[in-house]
Amino acid sequence: MREVAIIGAGETKYGEHWEKSLRDLAVEAGLKALEDAGIYAEDIQALFGGNMSAGSFVRQDHVGALIADFTGLAETQIPAFRVEAACASSAAALHAGYLAVASGMYDIVLVGGVEKMTDLPGEMVTDILAGAADREWEVFFGATFPALGAMMARRYMHEFGLTIEQLSLLPVIAHKHGAMNPDAHFQREITLEQVLNAPMVADPLTLMHCSPVSDGGAAVVLAPAEIAKKYTDSPIKIAASTVANDYISLHSRPSLVESPSTTIAGKKAYKMAKKEPKDIDLVEIHDAFSIIALEGLEDLGFAKKGEGIKLAEEGQLYYDGDLPYNVSGGLKAKGHPVGATGVGQVVEIVKHLRNEAGKRQVPDARVGLAHNVGGTMTTSVIHILEVM
Amino acid sequence: MVGIVTYGSYIPIYRIKTAEIARMWGDKPEHPENGLGILSKSVPGCDEDAATIAVEALRNALKRKKIPGNKIGAIFVGSESHPYAVKPTASLIAEVVGAYKAHAADLEFACKAGTAAMQNVYAMVKAGMIEYGIAIGTDTSQGQPGDALDYSASAGGTAFIIGKDEVIAEINDTVSYVTDTPDFWRREGQRYPSHGGRFTGEPAYFKHIISAAKILMEKVGTSPHDYNYVVFHQPNGKFPYRVGKRLGFTKDQIKQGLLTPYIGNTYSGATPTGLSAVLDVAKPGDRILAVSFGSGAGSDAFDITVTDEIENFNRDAAPKVWDMIKRTRYVDYAMYLKFRRMIVEVNE
Amino acid sequence: MVVPRFWRERRYRYNLIGTRCPECGTVYFPPRNVCPKCGRKSVGKMEEFQLSGKGKIYSYTIVHQNVLGFKYQRPYVMAIIETPEGPKVTGQIVDVEPEEVHIGMPVKAVFRRIAEDGKAGIIQYGYKFVPDWEEIEKIARP
Repeated sequence: MREVAIIGAGETKYGEHWEKSLRDLAVEAGLKALEDAGIYAEDIQALFGGNMSAGSFVRQDHVGALIADFTGLAETQIPAFRVEAACASSAAALHAGYLAVASGMYDIVLVGGVEKMTDLPGEMVTDILAGAADREWEVFFGATFPALGAMMARRYMHEFGLTIEQLSLLPVIAHKHGAMNPDAHFQREITLEQVLNAPMVADPLTLMHCSPVSDGGAAVVLAPAEIAKKYTDSPIKIAASTVANDYISLHSRPSLVESPSTTIAGKKAYKMAKKEPKDIDLVEIHDAFSIIALEGLEDLGFAKKGEGIKLAEEGQLYYDGDLPYNVSGGLKAKGHPVGATGVGQVVEIVKHLRNEAGKRQVPDARVGLAHNVGGTMTTSVIHILEVM
Repeated sequence: MVGIVTYGSYIPIYRIKTAEIARMWGDKPEHPENGLGILSKSVPGCDEDAATIAVEALRNALKRKKIPGNKIGAIFVGSESHPYAVKPTASLIAEVVGAYKAHAADLEFACKAGTAAMQNVYAMVKAGMIEYGIAIGTDTSQGQPGDALDYSASAGGTAFIIGKDEVIAEINDTVSYVTDTPDFWRREGQRYPSHGGRFTGEPAYFKHIISAAKILMEKVGTSPHDYNYVVFHQPNGKFPYRVGKRLGFTKDQIKQGLLTPYIGNTYSGATPTGLSAVLDVAKPGDRILAVSFGSGAGSDAFDITVTDEIENFNRDAAPKVWDMIKRTRYVDYAMYLKFRRMIVEVNE
Repeated sequence: MVVPRFWRERRYRYNLIGTRCPECGTVYFPPRNVCPKCGRKSVGKMEEFQLSGKGKIYSYTIVHQNVLGFKYQRPYVMAIIETPEGPKVTGQIVDVEPEEVHIGMPVKAVFRRIAEDGKAGIIQYGYKFVPDWEEIEKIARP
């Protein structure tokens, strides 16, 4: 298995793109990544597209073929297909692309993710997203996806005494960072009061504890590490790419305060990259609900179980702190086009590792970790990226 | 002997005070409270219907005595608010208890559909056709907002399992009396029923209950004083005492089985649930007369004797009627409209 | 009109019927054809097992933004309930004020309408949970 590097990255702005369709977003992100890598359509040998639910949002399946076609790759007849793992679809696609290059089967591979969510009214979007949970035994009985997140939060609060005020620190931090990101869906800071007083979605989670509905796309170009310098002066090594799974329903798990899939994918990733939590310079953590980010930070070894919120309370999570957290704005402020998020997190880390992140640049960033989750921490995908 | 082997009831937890309804329409609270003798009525939750009430009542009956599904030979469910116009409640009951070989059908005869179900099942057991049969009377009735019937139309139900073994209350005999009398009706497609006002009294309720009661007592050779309890159909808190007095019964005989003052008129569940309340306290040898009334019109009368078997019977395994009556959550008129889906349709 | 998908699950939803693995004795709800602990050894051997319907609230939330079809019930309480038989079940808590709900509250299963396929389609029945009054009273006066 040979090492794999990222030689190009690009993404659309996340937000409500009334004028742009699913394919517009995918093509925009894909072309940006190709341009960034300085390569052309003929150079691509395979395409892996992450997308959760185009079939439900815009009644379009066969997304891999569609994206390849409209990115101008139809005449190359390259293999192109979709990878799906709910909100971890594009990170899972990246894992597939990584395997394709690491195995030696392909050299230059385009990996992307895209989601077009705003063509439907809110209630229907909630219903489609609930497909990431167990439709027959969780959603059928009335549990929305935020309701499941809320039950995780309520149990965590019961076991560790966490208060809602403490949990609300995380979206405040995310928005502070999002305000520095010109491509974020939300570019304004919010206060703790605004988080607590926002409309209730599923008690105790308010609208401000939940990621928004966004459109967007992101893409990266992969190449074998040994030839990466031919294409770019700043290739970024994929030091680890791991995936782990868990029971799909919350009720099937022994605990709601920790995630075996994140813990195990994390351990495998650290081993693969030969790194420890203290070596990580910045993290992109899946904050679809603040509680998932909190549990994720703990499961990834950045804090002891039950003590994760101290990182926020002690100011460590700011972009100039010890553990820069979601400097892009995270899912909360940058946005969460579900099928695009995973690759988007990687694109953000690439920017920092190349020293191209502008106002929000994390100083001396050399190693970054991206944590992308599908469902209620059912599927966890971890990528560790490193300067070469 | 053929009779009741087990029984169970279910009354939803929600109540609305008739004074609250009166407030909405500018009526004085004395009108429903004293004039009709109704203080409050039961309100089904927005996730309850005649079928869910039937299942809960039946489950309460089965908690007291378990009868396996493969021994149930018949299921008859009487209601005037079956959830479907076409698709029987009885088949749902069959699935819930696993009685796949049962003769199953739904019945309708206004408020006497539940007792008609009892007669059908009783006959099948007596004929030796089946071992056990389920008879259920259940309703989530509605009255037109602002109409007098809205003070009383309520929700509840009772299930009886009738058989030959370990009978706790023997059905000595049952008769019916029926005429074409349009006192209260609902045409196909109409949401709320209509009624004939004062015509619903003498020519309807009183005539049919008195006729059926007299026919039965003459047939079995009894007089009112032979009975420990009597249960009448109870559209309000007054009529049962009036018809009882005319037949020669005392208030004490009627009291235990008169539930309407607190839970309203549960229509097909009314007489069966009144009977259930009596069985909750009855002792071996007690004799019970139960007479239902269904508009349109007819009455079913039952002469019942409680057996010694009731001492071995576990009544405490399920909630008793008066205990369920006391477990309440009051709602205001706005919540009442929301539960009864009387707010103009929300687009789902 | 969606019919077979809901009809198929009716027995499990009406009566809380799960499965039990004869190899290790673990009870699962919803029913499974393969025991996660015993794998292929359990295939074809899983037995039906009915839960009692009793349980305690393990976690809960008050849902304000509803699932499609639940608009009328807003706000409603969802919970994960742990059962004495082993499995946890996701269900709605009804007949209760949201303020009364707490982790550890004893509940029992009841038969209710869950959803309907529009005004003309099939009604789907299943389980919800209400406070277990008898248990609660027992705890209140020891």
